[in-house]
Amino acid sequence: MNYLSQLEAKSVYIFREAYKSFKDLCMLWSIGKDSTVLLWLAKKAFFGHVPFPLVHIDTSYKIPEMIAYRDKLAMEWNLTMIVGQNEVALKNKQTFPDGNATRLQCCKRLKSDALHRTLDATYPRKKLNLDTGEYETEKNAIPFTGVIAGIRSDEEGSRSKERYFSPRETTNDWNIEEQPPELWNQFNTDFAPGTHIRIHPLLDWTELNIWEYIHQENIPIIPLYFDQGKGTRYRSIGCAPCTFPIQSTAKTVPDIIEELRTGKLSNIAERSGRAQDAEDGGGLETLRQDGYM
Amino acid sequence: MLEQKERMDIVMAGHVDHGKSTLIGRLLADTHSLPEGKLEAIRALCEKNSKPFEYSFLLDALKDERSQGITIDSARCFFETEKRYYIIIDSPGHIEFLKNMITGATRAEAAILIIDAQEGIQENSRRHGFLLSVLGISQVLIVVNKMDLVQYNKERYDSIVQEYETFLNNLGVHPKQFIPVSAFLGENLVTQSTRMPWYTGDALLPCMEAIQKETARDKKDLRLPVQDIYKFTAQNDTRRIIAGTIQSGTLTVGDTLTAYPSMKETKVTSIERFSSPKLETALPDEAIGITYSPQIYLKPGEILCKREELAPLIDTLFRVRIFWMAQTPMQTGKTYTLKLATMRVNVSLEEIVHVFDTQQLTQTTGHTRVKRYEVAECILTSTKPIAFDIPDVCLETSRFVLVHNHAIVAGGTISASIHHSQNSEVHEALQGNTQFSYGTITPAQRKKHLGHEAATIVFCGKKANDYARSFEYILYTQGYTSASIIFEKQKNVTREVESLYGSQLRITIKTALSAGLICVCAVDSATLEELTHTQLGPLGLINCNESPSQESSYHCSSLDDLPRLVKDLIADNIISNIEK
Repeated sequence: MNYLSQLEAKSVYIFREAYKSFKDLCMLWSIGKDSTVLLWLAKKAFFGHVPFPLVHIDTSYKIPEMIAYRDKLAMEWNLTMIVGQNEVALKNKQTFPDGNATRLQCCKRLKSDALHRTLDATYPRKKLNLDTGEYETEKNAIPFTGVIAGIRSDEEGSRSKERYFSPRETTNDWNIEEQPPELWNQFNTDFAPGTHIRIHPLLDWTELNIWEYIHQENIPIIPLYFDQGKGTRYRSIGCAPCTFPIQSTAKTVPDIIEELRTGKLSNIAERSGRAQDAEDGGGLETLRQDGYM
Repeated sequence: MLEQKERMDIVMAGHVDHGKSTLIGRLLADTHSLPEGKLEAIRALCEKNSKPFEYSFLLDALKDERSQGITIDSARCFFETEKRYYIIIDSPGHIEFLKNMITGATRAEAAILIIDAQEGIQENSRRHGFLLSVLGISQVLIVVNKMDLVQYNKERYDSIVQEYETFLNNLGVHPKQFIPVSAFLGENLVTQSTRMPWYTGDALLPCMEAIQKETARDKKDLRLPVQDIYKFTAQNDTRRIIAGTIQSGTLTVGDTLTAYPSMKETKVTSIERFSSPKLETALPDEAIGITYSPQIYLKPGEILCKREELAPLIDTLFRVRIFWMAQTPMQTGKTYTLKLATMRVNVSLEEIVHVFDTQQLTQTTGHTRVKRYEVAECILTSTKPIAFDIPDVCLETSRFVLVHNHAIVAGGTISASIHHSQNSEVHEALQGNTQFSYGTITPAQRKKHLGHEAATIVFCGKKANDYARSFEYILYTQGYTSASIIFEKQKNVTREVESLYGSQLRITIKTALSAGLICVCAVDSATLEELTHTQLGPLGLINCNESPSQESSYHCSSLDDLPRLVKDLIADNIISNIEK
């Protein structure tokens, strides 16, 4: 068994454990390459089905192609698509593009806060009607207690400390020191009332593995990752005002794999195009402790 | 372009401050596996905070961790060589974080154990060595670090090697190589150091490259634990699919499978995969689905095996070796949830056979508690029968964890079933089926000689001993030849000892029966349970308690009942009519 198959099998196992153990389960889909691989792995685990809702936090500043791609795939794959947003912050213009917040403050409001309040159903949630292709406000929305997310341990130092099944208190605090152990294929699927579990099937994957798998499986990926002829491409995608493309002429998946393998990018961190990371020494870590994935 | 290299997970273990994180940091730097600027960024941060630069800061990336200077959790980092991809799992040396070391180690195929040349072998050097042996990691490299601080002294190195090798060998761990290094200065890490000409072995990285992958599990017997059963109706899907990951063996369409412990049988109709080539066979580690016929009702947790291959053990009582990780000690009589493969069941701690001292490698008995970070040999009893293997048959279905208060509190392996054995000789011996040779006289000849056939009469309950003795006397007066087997049990024996009593009793009874005698036994209810699994010929069970019992069709509550009982047993043909 080659190592991509090994990674796939382990992720599938984790998906199935999560599905068996948590009633109110959802999966975060950021439309990026990692969570799209995650979505593909869900289809692997459940033989073509995705038996739980996908949650996307729309900051309203996402690159427009992302939204179009999201809805196209949701319709094609029959996905239960849920979208959440911090409508109050947007209405009051408390954002970085409006000039009323730092990048990190903006991330906290439009991503972390929006995520918490969407997961616990205190913000209104929009659900895609697969018959009409329109989003409708979800009635009787229930809080999600199990959340599958596509984080990888090679992305950043703090993510390398994660567990596959990672409990959070109701406040979404992450107690790094007292994390329960995980042995072999046994995860912490029992939890006290009020605990939320974050499930991380991609923890062992690297950026290269992701692209190799996309190639092997022929997974449809948003074209923002490829050079469209201008000599630049996105390596990591997010909000338009804070995400910048890198210099690269990689036009296809094999081009990107080649680029990563030959070490052309080894001098540049994967998230270097994400401006909010540079604002604070802890970068992602600060957002992590606040509950951002 | 897309050829795939293999992947190797290695755990880094050792005592606190012996330089694990430094070693990994330097290894990443020297193999050019760091993004440009990362090293400089950490150097700048150190300068800003007036702290000397350390390679370990690369890994100890978390803020609060940097301030304490210790690794809290198993951080993973990645690097690659021509040969393969490595995942290096850094684990904490502090005793408080031992459970994190275990989490890291259970993901690894090999281990690097690091010892400070100056400080020498410390508590966790021994403890981690012990745990690697408990977890079954046999591929181990030993790094003697900080050689620069002992002036690259060969004698110092040799004495550490000798002491630690003896310790590990006693545990059955045989390191592949000892390597003297200075992680901070990069000596003997990637290339051979010129500072230690007396060392003729390879540097660390070449030694890592020489570690072999685990041998194939596809030659073993099939073990497919049922993870879940799906029937998704969306998009008119009519498949009912058993989902699971193959732990060992191979599975082919058409195989007849037996589910343990329910013993139900079915046949594989198809192997299901999403967006993959349709293959008729599946191999170890594949997370597949199967459709099957006939439709049987299965629950997650059962283990599917091939009908003609070695069956797993099924028992409610088993001997285990556990490693306890919770703050609250494990206690005899308490109930825990056991998770083995995909099965979960409540178990209670029946007995602590002994607790290991991980420093001195001695065992002590008489415990009722297992404290945090102790390793113990225990007997567990489950509320319902479970299927499992011993490690030699299938490691993956012998490992388990215990869950208590919503968290994993212990890990371990089952070393034996109390009632059964996958070693057929032990199994037969416990059952009393050992091939004793009983001579050439046939049962018919014995019957002619004694005037009656052999039988077993078992009294159980209140005053069973008295009734059995008097019963035998009545038989004697009527001309029967008999043997009286009164089981004088010690009080408060363990379930394991009880099981041994059971097999002694079985052998004794079988011997008496082979001589054509009527065996009159008195036993307690636990031992009776042992006997019910045995073929003993004509058998009469007599309940001496006031409350009726399911197993017994006969009852005795006073000595006056005995003559009637003899008559009833003869009438029912359990005791044959004497012909003399």
